[in-house]
This record gives sequence, C-alpha cells and structure tokens, in this order.
Amino acid sequence: MSEFLREYLLVLLFALLGVAAVGGLIGLASLLRPNRPSQGKVKNYESGVNPTGTGWSQSQIRYYIFALLFVMFDVEAVFIFPWAVRLEELGYFGLGEMVIFIFILTLGLVYAWRKGVLRWV
Amino acid sequence: MSLLAIELAYWQITVIKLVFSIVAVLIPAGATVYLYLFKMVSFMQSRLGPMEAGPFGSLQLLAELGKSAQKEDIFPEKADRYVYAFAPYVVIVSSFLLVLVVPFGPNAMFANYDTGIFFALGVSSLSVIGILMAGWASASKYSMLGGLRAAGQLIAYELPMILAVVGVVIQAGTMNMQGIVTAQIEGEIFGMGALGNPFILTQFMGFLIFMVAVQAELTQTPFDMPIAESELVTGYMTEYSGFRFLMFFIGEFATANIFAFIASTLFLGGWSVPPFVTDMIGIEADSAWFDLLGPGVMAVKMLAITFVIYWVRFTYPRFREDQLQRLAWKLLIPLALVNIVATAVLKVVFV
Repeated sequence: MSEFLREYLLVLLFALLGVAAVGGLIGLASLLRPNRPSQGKVKNYESGVNPTGTGWSQSQIRYYIFALLFVMFDVEAVFIFPWAVRLEELGYFGLGEMVIFIFILTLGLVYAWRKGVLRWV
Repeated sequence: MSLLAIELAYWQITVIKLVFSIVAVLIPAGATVYLYLFKMVSFMQSRLGPMEAGPFGSLQLLAELGKSAQKEDIFPEKADRYVYAFAPYVVIVSSFLLVLVVPFGPNAMFANYDTGIFFALGVSSLSVIGILMAGWASASKYSMLGGLRAAGQLIAYELPMILAVVGVVIQAGTMNMQGIVTAQIEGEIFGMGALGNPFILTQFMGFLIFMVAVQAELTQTPFDMPIAESELVTGYMTEYSGFRFLMFFIGEFATANIFAFIASTLFLGGWSVPPFVTDMIGIEADSAWFDLLGPGVMAVKMLAITFVIYWVRFTYPRFREDQLQRLAWKLLIPLALVNIVATAVLKVVFV
C-alpha cells in the first residue's frame, strides 16, 4: 500500500474504533441491565398520555429553504479553501477574482434576504 | 517516535495511536464534565454539587456510568429499530474522526493530513446525520421536532464556522494543522517575534465567530433549542435510555473538548508556547521536548476554552428558533465574509 493510502487508512481504523467502543460498552452493559419489556414501557413518549397518530408527522417547509441556502454556501466554501491556501502566489489577480466571486455570492444572500426567506415565520 | 530512539513497525505505531485516541477523546471529556458541568455550575448557583462519591464527588462520573449500565435498553414499538440502534455509533465515530487531525506536539499527532482543518470540518458534520437519524428513527413527535431543529441549527452554524476558518487558512497559507501551528510560532507582529503570532490577535473576529458557531454546533445553551427540555423533553434523545442515551452525552462533551483543541490549534498557537518562553528555558520550538510538553500545553488551552463554553452555557437564557437563525444568516455569515475579504486584502497588500 502506498504511503498516501496508509495515512488515510487511519480514518477507517478510527471509525472502526469508535464503533467498537460503543458496541463494547453497550454489550458490556447487557450483562448488567434487566430486560423486561412491557406494553406501557415501549409506547412512544407523549407526556404520559397514549400517543395519537404517527410520530412521523409533516414538517415545516422552511427547513427545506434553509437547506438549499446551505448547499449554496457550502459549495462556495469548497472553492474558497484552495484559493486561501495559494493566495500568496496568486497575488492581486487571485484577490480580484475571489472578491468578485464573494460579491456574487453575497448577492445571492441579499436576494434571499429581500425575498424574506431568512425570516423564520 | 524519535524521542524513544527506537524504530516501530507500522502496526505498532497504529496500535499506540488507537490507544492514545481513546485517551484523547475520553479523559478530557470526563475531566471537563466533572470540573465544569458538575462543580463549576454548582458554585455559580451557590450549591456544592456532587459531594458523596469520592473526595469532593470526584468519582461521581463512575457512579453515573454504573447507574446507566443498569438501565433497561428500551426500543419504542414504532421505532425504526436499526436506524435507532445505530444513531449513537455515528455520533461517537464523528468525535473519534475529529481528534484524528489534532496535533499535540511536533511529532505527537495521529495523522498529518495536508487537508487537516478541512477534514475536521467535514467529519464534524457527521454528527448531524447521527442526530437526524436518532430524531427520525424514534418515531416520536418530540424526537422528530428536536432532530429537525438540530439539523436546521447545525447547518446554519456550520457556515460561519467554515468561513471563520478561511481567515486562518489565508494567514497561515496552509490547511495542515501542523503548518498552522508553525505559522503561529514563526509569525511576527509588526516585526516583533517574541509572542509569535497567535491568530487570536490578528483573527479576533474569526475567533469570535468560530466560538459562537462552536457553541451552536454543540447545542449548548443559549443554542439548545433542539433539546429544549421545557418544550421538547430532551429533543432527539427523548426515547433513548441507558447506555445509548449516555453515548449521546459522551459524544457531545467529547466533541466539545475536541473543538476546544481545534480552536486552540487554530487561534492560540496549539501545542507551542510563545517564542520568548522557549528562548528563556532554552529549548527549540520543534524539539522532541514538545512531544512531552505539548499535550500539557494543549490541555491548559483546552481547559481555558471549554471554561468559556460552559461559562456562556450557564449564564445566558435560550435563544428562540427565529432569533438563532437570524443571528447565523444575517449577522455571522456576512461578518465572516467581510473578515475573509479583509484578511485577503491585507495579506496580498502587505506581504
């Protein structure tokens, strides 16, 4: 395996370690904990009364709009990071380009702002 | 490993790293939970806090662990069982991946990625998926609302955090965490190198935005709308019990510490001490001594930053959902963009 891949193998190993740690702890606790399920115990919690309807209720559309805005800015972040690293070499040219780019993005934010979608109603 | 002057095979180094990662994730979490969550908050509220378990209640955490271990593991009848069971794993895995890129000394680190901080920002959003999974799979109205609120809040504050880091990356000229530390050691302020250049001085705006975003990412009060106990019970954790419930807590506090580690690396000089101190005690900033001293220096900086996090947590009342979205989108993001442009202009004009 190449040195590069070996470096990133650690990501997999650490993730497995996290899974093993949680699994180990929960497994260990299963030796100690009781298991006596009953009708009342497994009911979904709804302030002590019997739950009505389904828990998967419909939700507000506003989360969707914020998610869209998030994608817009997140993609921008992917562009900004490599530029930030190389800024010293790119000099005034890079600076000008990125100022234009950030300006256009700000226009997007201002548009959303003016449209009133940033208001949580 | 040069300190020991012995060569270790790849698997041996890896095993050592895995053992130390558990230390780096769990020990600081336990320490800050006891120091701040149990004791400091008690003193702030004019009470003693836990006193019975061990001297000054220092073994309280073990008692809590024992208590949680004895709780029945309940799966709600309507829950999506597999997703419900797997959600705590995702949250913990996110903390383990986050600690991967934090340097504790010139050689004492888990991995030295060129994309260091970018990687950290990426894996930190994994926990959002875990939280959404928990909220959705519980099939409870409280959980569902809490999960959605958490997702809405976390994505809103993800952006100011990412954009605040860009200022640091511009100044350091690298995304590598070790490179960011080196840039702060070698930096100069107006030609004076005695302090180095901890980026908190030049990136103060970035630091503020970063800390506010961290507070929100960790869903600590004043940003604890997702787990608002007076309206949502405990939000996405409502249906969980026993060890699975505890996992969310461990994940939350472990992540708080690791974010404090990352903040001290980005803004406070990481494992290094100011150059005039190293001149005084006469050791090089990149000598192997700092593999030993570094974790201690990091611990001190981490404790200072987590102190602020918990101080704010116990001082301020909760934001309303619309207020916290407004703060993120209408104040922090524009400020962060201005910070990027200002930093870039200064960098190009004066370097």
